[in-house]
Amino acid sequence: MHANDRGDPVRLAYTTISMTVIGFIVLPLVFIIWMSFFSNKILSFPPEGYTLEWYARAWDLADFRDGFFLSMRMSLISTAISLVLGLPASFALARGRFPGRDAINTILMSPLMVPGIVSGGALFVFFLEIEFLTDVIIAGSSLGLIIAYSLIGLPWMVRLVTTSLIGVNPSIEEAARSLGAGPLTVFFRITLPVIKPGLIAGSLFAFVNAFIDLEKSLFLVGPDHTTLQIALLNYLEWTFDSTIGAVATVQIALVAALLIITDHYVKLSRAF
Amino acid sequence: MPEVILEKVAKHYGQVVAVEDMTMNIADGEFIALLGPSGCGKTTTLRMLGGFVNATRGRIIVGGKDVTDLPPNRRNMGFVFQNYALFPHMTVAQNVAFGLKMRSVGKAETADRVRKALDRVRLSQYADRLPQQMSGGQQQRVALARALVIEPDVLLLDEPLSNLDAALRQEMKIEIRQLQQSLGLTTIFVTHDQDEAMSTSDRMVLMSNGKIEQVGPPDEVYNFPRSAFAAGFLGIPNLLPGALGNTDHASYHLDSGQVIRLAGQDPVPGASFLALRPDAISISSQAPSKNDNMLAGRVEIMTYHGAAVDYQVRLDTGAMLTARAVAPGLGGAPVLHQGTPVWLHWPPSAGVIVSKH
Repeated sequence: MHANDRGDPVRLAYTTISMTVIGFIVLPLVFIIWMSFFSNKILSFPPEGYTLEWYARAWDLADFRDGFFLSMRMSLISTAISLVLGLPASFALARGRFPGRDAINTILMSPLMVPGIVSGGALFVFFLEIEFLTDVIIAGSSLGLIIAYSLIGLPWMVRLVTTSLIGVNPSIEEAARSLGAGPLTVFFRITLPVIKPGLIAGSLFAFVNAFIDLEKSLFLVGPDHTTLQIALLNYLEWTFDSTIGAVATVQIALVAALLIITDHYVKLSRAF
Repeated sequence: MPEVILEKVAKHYGQVVAVEDMTMNIADGEFIALLGPSGCGKTTTLRMLGGFVNATRGRIIVGGKDVTDLPPNRRNMGFVFQNYALFPHMTVAQNVAFGLKMRSVGKAETADRVRKALDRVRLSQYADRLPQQMSGGQQQRVALARALVIEPDVLLLDEPLSNLDAALRQEMKIEIRQLQQSLGLTTIFVTHDQDEAMSTSDRMVLMSNGKIEQVGPPDEVYNFPRSAFAAGFLGIPNLLPGALGNTDHASYHLDSGQVIRLAGQDPVPGASFLALRPDAISISSQAPSKNDNMLAGRVEIMTYHGAAVDYQVRLDTGAMLTARAVAPGLGGAPVLHQGTPVWLHWPPSAGVIVSKH
């Protein structure tokens, strides 16, 4: 059913509501990008002039620069872990028939449903317990962040890969077998290419959601071991200038670039 | 010589018997149709031939070689699926080339054979399309080309026409038969549609409950069903219980008392029925003068189809028979309405005796 099948007032209302919603999503982003160029010393309105100084300053601040690279590293590693764990899990969930399948599915999805601050706190306490018992420091080290970020990425990975796996016609794998392909060849030349949109979308969402995480990271960062979002929060406590706008703009650009590049190779809409 | 032999092949899923003691010899170049209702084991049999299902018992021998325990990729069989099963991320040409790639055929030869295979199904101009840009019929022809290009020992077709519309099905049916004939390919075709089975195959195998019910050339199976199941599946609703006459095998004593003359029949073991095709039974409101078998009754349901009229007639003995009067033509005899007393009559050669089981 298309909106334009209906009467004009309905169509008008539909368009208005759609535009309002899109405005709500886009306007804050537009504002933050805009204000990152203000030359005002303290962030305020209206702009006194425009400058690129804040971008240079953001780069000069070691907290932001190091935070950026730490977030990048942690997010990439945890995305790889989500992929390695999530791919077989998705196969089991999509293809397997075993008792407890639905329960496992729900458990794998649960990090999406539990508030980040709650699971972050839980992880922190858990890591401390392990530290008491084994002297292995997890909270405050890379290991803690990687575990937490992998938990963030896993549900996205599993959900998106499972969805594309369910969409795979099992006959195509049998067809490949009958044409002479062994099980491994079928996996790499047929199954994997067909679920590629789901894999890429899953990795993308795992990466982005790890990269932007604040709540879990709050518990798990340590001295000289601060992610970009925590660095932003720390900075905001003492200073209120357009540096944060510049950092935010870089992040927006990064995520947008990721989405556009990905969409060029696989139609993301097909992964949902 | 790709002759296919099934030796007491069985497939059990736990307690459930999908196929039981299937024994069959399929000659080189023969076109066999496996026909039956869903759940009769025909698809399981085909999948055992293809190697997708492991037989619980028995042996499958192709061209003298035991393939029972070989995985599908080492059987050299072309398999065509109901839902086409084309690789969605590959073009038509890449789909067809896949099997050759797996066999490490050289680039130039692959290109040449792919082109010939696509020519054979009249799709050469679509070589660079993706499967989803093509119609169902075209996709199934690609699947056929893909299965044939590897020069399989046996071609296995799993309800390949079921997803196509009626006109296309007719066309594809003829195309498959012609391809099979021109290549001399041993072919096994699974279908639930008796028309598809009859119009393509050299021999058809009627299956029910995991067992072979009847095997034979289509005309033989159609004209001489051996069991009540075969008769029912092949569209014969009229089954009257009785017993063959002891002396001559040319008369049949109905349980309701009448004696029906036959054109000579082989006796069947156990309980039996007289089977009559609706279109072999004539219906008239006056007693016929011809020397036919006849039974009196009353029209209970009349269904008008234009070219034919179906009458369900309640016999005076209480049984119900269906007769089909074909195309009376313009200005022909008027239809007989519900409640009309009628005579049903048929020549002795129209009746066939079938076993109850």
